[in-house]
Amino acid sequence: MEGNIAELGKYIGVGLTAIGMGGAAMGVGNVAGNYLSGALRNPSAAASQTATLFIGMAFAEALGIFSFLVALLLMFAV
Amino acid sequence: MATETHGAEAAHGAAEAGMPQLDFSTFPNQIFWLLVTLVVIYFVLSKIALPRISTVLAERSGTIMNDISAAEELKLKAKEAEAAYNAALAEAKAQAQQIANETRAAIQADLDAATAKADAEISAKAAESEKAIAEIRDGALESVKDVAKDTAKELVAAMGSSADARSITAAVTARMKG
Amino acid sequence: MATEAHGSESSLVFHPMDQFKVAPLFGDGPVHWYTITNVTLWMAISVIGVIFLLVVGSRGRAIVPSKGQSIAELTYGFVYKMIEDVTGKDAVKYFPYVMTLFIFIVFSNMLGLLPLSFTTTSHIAVTGVLALLVFLFVTILGFAKNGTKFLALFWVSSAPLAVRPLLAVIELISYFVRPVSHSIRLAGNMMAGHAVIKVFAGFAAIAAISPVSVLAISAMYGLEILVAFIQAYVFTILTCVYLKDALHPVH
Repeated sequence: MEGNIAELGKYIGVGLTAIGMGGAAMGVGNVAGNYLSGALRNPSAAASQTATLFIGMAFAEALGIFSFLVALLLMFAV
Repeated sequence: MATETHGAEAAHGAAEAGMPQLDFSTFPNQIFWLLVTLVVIYFVLSKIALPRISTVLAERSGTIMNDISAAEELKLKAKEAEAAYNAALAEAKAQAQQIANETRAAIQADLDAATAKADAEISAKAAESEKAIAEIRDGALESVKDVAKDTAKELVAAMGSSADARSITAAVTARMKG
Repeated sequence: MATEAHGSESSLVFHPMDQFKVAPLFGDGPVHWYTITNVTLWMAISVIGVIFLLVVGSRGRAIVPSKGQSIAELTYGFVYKMIEDVTGKDAVKYFPYVMTLFIFIVFSNMLGLLPLSFTTTSHIAVTGVLALLVFLFVTILGFAKNGTKFLALFWVSSAPLAVRPLLAVIELISYFVRPVSHSIRLAGNMMAGHAVIKVFAGFAAIAAISPVSVLAISAMYGLEILVAFIQAYVFTILTCVYLKDALHPVH
């Protein structure tokens, strides 16, 4: 297979960056899971915390989106 | 769409396409139309849609409040009616009780009078009867006296001696008392 | 805009990003700022959708609502409750602004899910402007309402004095990263979902795995409907949170 070494590095970099999204996935799962366990302990307080849940999920997800963005930039823009 | 170049790298993927998001030549266009859209939506919402919907919601909550207060009033009225009904019922019961009592008292009075009358009659009858019996008894005693005198006179005569009536009578009387 | 999977089975060619291209609707010339492009078309469709939902839907003004009016009232109540819960009663006067953002994003996201459509919110230019508008609005409002007290937002008074300068730097950075994360979150989510669907669609060219591909597209589509709504919700609720910071900057 032919190709230049910069291409190789680029694709390896993209693959490594994509791992970052796994971290975001764990973070979002953590937020949702902890919310659920808290909500099951105290269901009456659960409804008032949905906004906080979504804000937390959004923050956790934003970091994964950053890594996705870096991957896209590497892949298409660099 | 002019940037597409199907070269030797086509097999590796879409690397040649680039990111349209980073094509800065289209930014002014997007930003311009976005601002136009936002302004249009903002005016549509703030001038027409939101006031209308908030009016409808306020009207609805007003109607619901009115309905609730009307229901409350009706409930109150129903309670009043129930209270009046209960009062009427109690009064009727009391009246019935009173009438029953009066009737009972009247019947009792009649009964008492009748009983007293009957008692009086009975005692009068009893007294009469006793008098009659006493008379009869007296009559019987007289008769027994007479019979005893006569019998004693006859017996004395039969035995051959005479006796005056007076002594016989005295003897019989003494005997009878005996 | 369609995915072209030309070539033999062994060399698939995906164009997952082609769907995001901005092109003039009429002719093939350069894109000036006034050119009527597919961006214009889909934004116009979202405006028509908004008008249809909120103006035509509520035209009955009925006490007992029709279906359309119920949806309009539901949307109204949803955003109203959100701003009231998160920001407080005194922020209700900014409700039309927040509602504009929410309704525009939700319509753009949902319309972008139609086949062959163009997703305006998948462009960093669009979301960047939206986020910058929020950022500027909130910052100006914060200074206008609170004056220099607005800077208390960066001075964490509950922390020990020694740590405060460091925290102030961190807070300042996080404050300026807000519009970046705010815009990239929305654009990235939209772009990622659509690109993934396109990639799966590219696999459909191989006969053997095309059923799997169709199943995967269906599943992703369902997820994308959820994401389209949740991202609009998140964008709006974060706007409310930033508004709260501007109105009540006590940290």
